[in-house]
Amino acid sequence: MLKYVIKRILLMFVTFFVIATMCFILVKLLPLPNAKAQGRDYNLVLERREKMGYNKPILTQYVIYWKNVFSFGSGDSKGWTPDLGLGEQMYISQNVYDVIKEKLPYTIVVNLYSIMIAIPLGLLFGIYAALRKNKWQDHVVSTAVMLVVSVPSYVYAFLVQYFMCYKTRWFPLTVASRETATLFSFEMFKSMLPAIFSLCFGTIAVLTRFTRAELSEVLTGDYLLLARTKGLTKNQAITRHAMRNAMVPIFPQILGEFIGILSGSLIIEGIFGIPGIGKLYITSINLRDYNFFMALTFFYTLISLVAGLVTDLSYGFIDPRIKMGAR
Amino acid sequence: MDYNNLPKDKFVFAKREGKIADKKLDTKPVGYLRDAWRRFRKNKSSVAAAVIILILFLFALIVPLVSPYKVDDRDGYYKMVLPKSELFSWLGWDGCKEQRESQAGYDYYNSIGQEYGSSAVKEIRKTEKDSHTGRMLYTLYVDSYEKVGFTYVDVTKEEYDALKDYQNRTGIQVIYPMPANYKTNFVAVTNGANLWYRLADETDKSAGETKNHDENGNPIYEADYLMKKNLTYGQYDSLRMDIPGDGEGGLHVVYAVKNQTGYHLRVLYKEYYNFVNGHYATHVFGTNQHGQDIFLCLAFGARLSFLLAICVSIINLFIGVIYGSVEGYYGGATDLIMERITDILDGVPFIIVATLFQMHLAKKVGPVPALLFAFVLTGWIGIASRVRTQFYRFKNQEYVLAARTLGASDKRLIFRHIFPNAIGTIITGTVLIIPSVVYSESMLTYLGIVNLETSGMTSVGTMLSNGQTYMSTDPHILLFPALFISLLMIAFNLFGNGLRDAFNPSLRGADE
Repeated sequence: MLKYVIKRILLMFVTFFVIATMCFILVKLLPLPNAKAQGRDYNLVLERREKMGYNKPILTQYVIYWKNVFSFGSGDSKGWTPDLGLGEQMYISQNVYDVIKEKLPYTIVVNLYSIMIAIPLGLLFGIYAALRKNKWQDHVVSTAVMLVVSVPSYVYAFLVQYFMCYKTRWFPLTVASRETATLFSFEMFKSMLPAIFSLCFGTIAVLTRFTRAELSEVLTGDYLLLARTKGLTKNQAITRHAMRNAMVPIFPQILGEFIGILSGSLIIEGIFGIPGIGKLYITSINLRDYNFFMALTFFYTLISLVAGLVTDLSYGFIDPRIKMGAR
Repeated sequence: MDYNNLPKDKFVFAKREGKIADKKLDTKPVGYLRDAWRRFRKNKSSVAAAVIILILFLFALIVPLVSPYKVDDRDGYYKMVLPKSELFSWLGWDGCKEQRESQAGYDYYNSIGQEYGSSAVKEIRKTEKDSHTGRMLYTLYVDSYEKVGFTYVDVTKEEYDALKDYQNRTGIQVIYPMPANYKTNFVAVTNGANLWYRLADETDKSAGETKNHDENGNPIYEADYLMKKNLTYGQYDSLRMDIPGDGEGGLHVVYAVKNQTGYHLRVLYKEYYNFVNGHYATHVFGTNQHGQDIFLCLAFGARLSFLLAICVSIINLFIGVIYGSVEGYYGGATDLIMERITDILDGVPFIIVATLFQMHLAKKVGPVPALLFAFVLTGWIGIASRVRTQFYRFKNQEYVLAARTLGASDKRLIFRHIFPNAIGTIITGTVLIIPSVVYSESMLTYLGIVNLETSGMTSVGTMLSNGQTYMSTDPHILLFPALFISLLMIAFNLFGNGLRDAFNPSLRGADE
């Protein structure tokens, strides 16, 4: 088991480095933004680029890049701060790592709230639909899930913003600014609610569908009949036998969602003005700030790889019957 | 009866003469595809979804052919006009909108159209007095098309002659007299073409409001105001046109002013539009902030999306099937290496692939092909893995071994014996690529990562992001693209579910 986990982790890192190398080379092949633009000091820009090693061969730059990332005590030596380069077009001369570190909590908090709402509701609806399978309650839930799953999340964002923010003015149009509210204050939470709502609709629907499918399959099992025969009540049989088995595939799904929240939602962040990394990423593309773009590319790639790996491995941890890596 | 000792003579030979053979089946055999089709038809929601998809397809296909508008038609006056349909005007689909106005606003909107016996205000829904200022507040039902009213245009000599000719031929007045020495009571509107009539009473300009209203608050306009004030040159004769200094001079209303390139006219925009375009403006889905017809733009956006999605799904189908077949059939080291390649490709988030392709290729091959490449680069992985799984399931079954023993080549084994088993999942997978491509495309264009507007195209995502800016004032710009994409997604998901069930032989007879 341990051997398998280590093997998978190593494989993941190999995959990551291949992707990272490819992305690095592709990004470095792009022409740099015009140094003369925007009335900046031309010579200063050129000098800065020279200092950042932009004129060296790409592979040399690549080696330098990783050296900087893993050099301990760089920056103001408060522990390990990886040097991911400096902002070139936006947040000029600020360390990319610091900016990302500052933005990441917003993305995480919004998604965390939304997933905290979505998980119990999704499970609840799913269980309800499975227990009432092929009755009208099930049909209502399933139809609603079908509709909600299909509609893109930004359409919810538009609806929520139009009706809850413009029409009724229950919530502010965009997220409260950092100057007036701290991250965990009530004001911030309230202003984040529209974004949270728009994010959680889809998650609820996906979880409901998944839970319903898994639980209704488990419910047909013979051992449940046995559980009832030996005298358990229906509730006991469902909570002690059916749910535990249904959770085997559901839990990895939830875990995957949890890691996925780090990458956030690009569109929702844009619509509600959340100062998170999704917005940072889009801005970095539009302004062609390659240092930011690269760092965020690595970040997103790593997140998606880790999420996949954790989901895969969690099957083995949750259900002892599944032997990982067995032939 | 004693069954143990039956007498011999009780036995009779069955069919002693003639051959004994299995009875030939009377019924026609039901093939896989026919069976799938039969079960698909039973699923009502999927059929409905298929019909919706068909309608959306036809919409994208036909609308650009029959629409009187063009995508690059940008009408500066009919900006953000509301959806209007002659067929459904009784549903409130009439291009009108409720808005709250002050007295000045009411006078302004009401005056538009007075000149030709109409008004931009279709209905006064409510009047109230503001408790703080004591001024009147109106809730009006304003026609967004009539709101444009009159405009000034500059035309060449030929156009002017054609216009005069058109007026004389049809009897429709397009050119209206120019207010000379024109002054307005309204501070806000100082230079528009829409204030031919002044209110009968002259009051102070600074208030921005006139006092001469009847007891119902309706403004009293004065038709011969200019004449009375001796501000123009004479009789109002709608079809008689003179140019100052051209004829009797001094005695006629000014209809056109000569300038360097031609003539400066004041026209009723509605009729002028009809003269130029051959039809009145009726935008079924309204127009956006550039004055483009949303109905047509949406059809073009849908066209692009469908075209892209279908191309992507066909290419992915080919790559996926071949790749998956090779992987699944040969297995072993081939499989291991090819799986690592898909792992790596799959590990790159799609948005990054799309961005890199846009940055590298968009200038050389254009944004749409660059987008196509991005979709193709990773899109086939799903199909390939499906095919691979099917191959693992079937390649060691007896019938395949039998075929191999009989000397069938690898190619024949793959495509003749194993591959047909995977057809169901492949078709479903291929169809479901379409909505995912449409969604991703709309997302990328919405975020501005892919910019199609520079190449004169439009897409649903661009329309969404444009509409979002005007969400508070003109939600219709956003509504229709959002509705379109939601409907498309729902229909495709239902359709895909129906297909999946229909192609799953284990569900056969489950619902019957």
